Amino acid sequence: MMDAAAPPLLSVKELSVAFGQGEGRTLAVNRVSFDVRKGETVALVGESGSGKSVTALSVMKLLPYPAASHPSGRILFKGRDLMTLSEREMQQVRGKDIGIVFQEPMTSLNPLHTIGRQIGEALILHGSVTSQEQVRARTLELLAQVGIPDPEQRLFSYPHQLSGGQRQRVMIAMALANDPDLLIADEPTTALDVTVQAQILKLLKDMQARFGMAILFITHDLGIVRKMADRVCIMRLGEIVEQGPVERVFAAPEHPYTRALLAAEPKGEPAPLNPTAPVVVQTDDLKVWFPVRRGVLRRTVGHIKAVDGVSLELRKGETLGVVGESGSGKTTLGLAILRLVSSDGPIAFMGKPLQGLKFKAMRPHRRHMQIVFQDPYGSLSPRLSVADIVAEGLTVHHPKMPEEERERRVIRALEDVGIDPETRFRYPHEFSGGQRQRIAVARALVLEPSFIVLDEPTSALDMLIQAQIVDLLRDLQKRHDLTYMFISHDLKVIAALASKVIVMRQGKVVEAGPAAEIFKAPKHEYTRALFAAAFDLEITAPEAVAQ
Amino acid sequence: MDFPRPPFRTRIEHLLAVDKDSKPKLYLQLFDAAEIFSLNYALELLLSAGIATLGLVLDSPAVVIGAMLISPLMGPILAGGLALAAADIYLGIKSLLSVLLSSLCAVLFAAALFAEFIANDRPFLVKYDGKYFFPALFTYTEEDFGTTDELKDTAANFRDPQIQKQIAEKGGYIVWPLIRYSYDTHNLDLPTPAPSKPTWLLTEEECAPVVKRKGLSGCRDLEYNWLGTDDQGRDVVARLIYGFRISVLFGLILTAISSVIGIVVGAVQGYFGGWTDLLLQRFIEIWTSVPQLYLLLIISSVLVPGFFVLLGILLLFSWVALEGLVRAEFLRGRNFEYIRAARALGVSNRVIMFRHLLPNAMVATLTMLPFILSSSVTILTALDFLGLGLPPGSPSLGELLAQGKANIQAPWLGLSGFFTVAIMLSLLIFIGEAVRDAFDPRKIFVP
Repeated sequence: MMDAAAPPLLSVKELSVAFGQGEGRTLAVNRVSFDVRKGETVALVGESGSGKSVTALSVMKLLPYPAASHPSGRILFKGRDLMTLSEREMQQVRGKDIGIVFQEPMTSLNPLHTIGRQIGEALILHGSVTSQEQVRARTLELLAQVGIPDPEQRLFSYPHQLSGGQRQRVMIAMALANDPDLLIADEPTTALDVTVQAQILKLLKDMQARFGMAILFITHDLGIVRKMADRVCIMRLGEIVEQGPVERVFAAPEHPYTRALLAAEPKGEPAPLNPTAPVVVQTDDLKVWFPVRRGVLRRTVGHIKAVDGVSLELRKGETLGVVGESGSGKTTLGLAILRLVSSDGPIAFMGKPLQGLKFKAMRPHRRHMQIVFQDPYGSLSPRLSVADIVAEGLTVHHPKMPEEERERRVIRALEDVGIDPETRFRYPHEFSGGQRQRIAVARALVLEPSFIVLDEPTSALDMLIQAQIVDLLRDLQKRHDLTYMFISHDLKVIAALASKVIVMRQGKVVEAGPAAEIFKAPKHEYTRALFAAAFDLEITAPEAVAQ
Repeated sequence: MDFPRPPFRTRIEHLLAVDKDSKPKLYLQLFDAAEIFSLNYALELLLSAGIATLGLVLDSPAVVIGAMLISPLMGPILAGGLALAAADIYLGIKSLLSVLLSSLCAVLFAAALFAEFIANDRPFLVKYDGKYFFPALFTYTEEDFGTTDELKDTAANFRDPQIQKQIAEKGGYIVWPLIRYSYDTHNLDLPTPAPSKPTWLLTEEECAPVVKRKGLSGCRDLEYNWLGTDDQGRDVVARLIYGFRISVLFGLILTAISSVIGIVVGAVQGYFGGWTDLLLQRFIEIWTSVPQLYLLLIISSVLVPGFFVLLGILLLFSWVALEGLVRAEFLRGRNFEYIRAARALGVSNRVIMFRHLLPNAMVATLTMLPFILSSSVTILTALDFLGLGLPPGSPSLGELLAQGKANIQAPWLGLSGFFTVAIMLSLLIFIGEAVRDAFDPRKIFVP
């Protein structure tokens, strides 16, 4: 499939990218070299901030010049040095010879134009078609190729009328409109659910097989690399630390960082089931229905059933894994149990009913139940110091606690999660994502709760950090005999932590049971499809999962 | 795991300890203090304005002195000290420049606030019969200066040649402000009918009668009206200084109060949402559709318009400007995860609003402030121009502009009014923008 003797399609040589001027100048990419040959897939892998996206964008010269600059390097594409091209010449290359698919399908399509028009624009710009009929015919052909059902109708749809996966398909159709020789895919599946991710990956593979284009695939997910790529470049801090054929790199990694990355899968034994321990949380047919109101009088015309009749029982020391795709109601379920959204149906916490308690009456219970959120950047108030953030719960629940004792507890909580207490006077923006998530855990821990809802605490983090946080959580659970409700779409993390699992879909529980059983022998078709997509990036039973 | 140090001391130590990490921070802080267009600086100016208002309310300029001149200067002076200690030439130059600039700014500001000490018909200091008097601060009777006739119980008029003579006879002296007119002093020795030209434009011929009557040698010896007089023979410069002060203070106070109301209402609306939001929003929609100007006309015909009455009336409407913005910010902010986290901790709504939401809503809010500030000043000027503003006789830029319109033959009225208003509005926008920049997260959050 590859002709090693032929000159590579794309050859990046000694490329550096710097941001800023003068003293504040930082080197984002440092002397990176790699080749992409015709028809092959090269993956750039690395953690956030490793410079992988910046490298890819500089191939398209899409960086914010002159804030960004290239102190060194050449980018040879089909023998031409893209660095020396003018902006006008570059416009001819973009979209025609090189196509790009971005991460976020929500924002990379213009919400005010129909998708037919947006694909048509890509065609007209590069003059591959001239007449209106041709544009229409080609657009329909492209939509059909990327697997959009009923393309005739979809031509006149606006982006918001499509699902995330369909939008990403449209983006791919746009990128492929002019039969590019190289497709740059910048984390094209990161924002998508696992089942949709598997579909998009398959689509990309099919397209590559049909048109023979090369793909430069940027991702942080090693599973995708193994599945998709022929060769892989591991990036770290702006440098390529290792590159080579996928089989070789995965089988015999040379660089210690690659080895660490490969070993970073969340591992370990989940907390054991404990059928005799006291019940911490119990719900019975819990419902969260958001009313849909219409008209002047705001009459309720229907309901969005975010959580629709969930019953669960969680005993002390156990971890309940809540699995589901986005929109399945798993976060809402967590918030409802903590009574942060209003719900129907009894909730019992340590045997006491919570439903219907007023704000003040609820407060004593809040001390025992805490939550850690997904986004470590959004869950810490940017204008408070870390000490203040962690101490906030203490000031609410122990207003009379002497300052000394409060400080001692804050320090202990920070030490518990592995943050140097000396840094507690700093502000959140001075910490990395993983450290912030630790601080968020410390804020929950400082009150010595018995039950913590963990709402996707690892999904915004890099692989290495993810594994660390999972280890930290398991360690804390053992030490403080905590009960977790762990919400995640990442089945690997769930497998490492959860003793019980419920699988949710559209507000309802599809399957529930001990984690070991479910992972070994999923009963429901949807669960099986989910597992196949997550663990093997395969599509099974496409009719069981939504488009 | 034991930390036996008392927390208060640890805090103090933490504050004072100049370890390696905090040194550059401290340095940066002082560096910022040398910055003249910064939040602190603007806040100090606001504080001074607040104190000055107190002085206005008590009608006693004596309340105000001292700290005001110093406070805006403190930062640059400290930075200068550091520059000396660290032998940093760049910081030194910067702080020196700032000291100069802020002195200028402080002098200008003080000029407005201490108008009594710049343009007044009462001197700072009088030495009479071996005793010292401070007529600018206290009122004295004619009797204190040796008058014995029927005028002895009236307030001393130091512009009266008779009193000046009595003081000189007792070996005393008078220290006058720069301009010997107050905003309501009529120049009784006008060489031409009012409005009279700036004195330096007068011809010897025009001066002749006054020069002759007072036994002087020429126009140059007359008491100068630098920008002429208005149609009642009052000095334009003096009226400008006092008018500037009233306008700026009015603008600052109106902006401050209406921001507080707007922010509180907007915060409540945005945070609680639902019915609270719906009802308040409908009320505000109706409220803003009330024709402001007509209402002002009606109210000012019922109430005697004065500084505070006008402030109250304008306040009725001006708070709405910020409300919508703050509401939007709070609506957006209340779903942030750290707000949810705070609610999960059981933090009360009030604390969440103030501690967590407000600081983050400030940036958008402050963007609007300069415009509210200048529009407050403009509306007062406009009302004065129409004759609906401050009571007759008060120094007001709008009234000066109206006079300029009525007396086209006296261009010094219209021109000086126009330039004062134009420069003042630009300055206020600059101050407002400095405040906004200081809150800009891109400048605060330096990683």
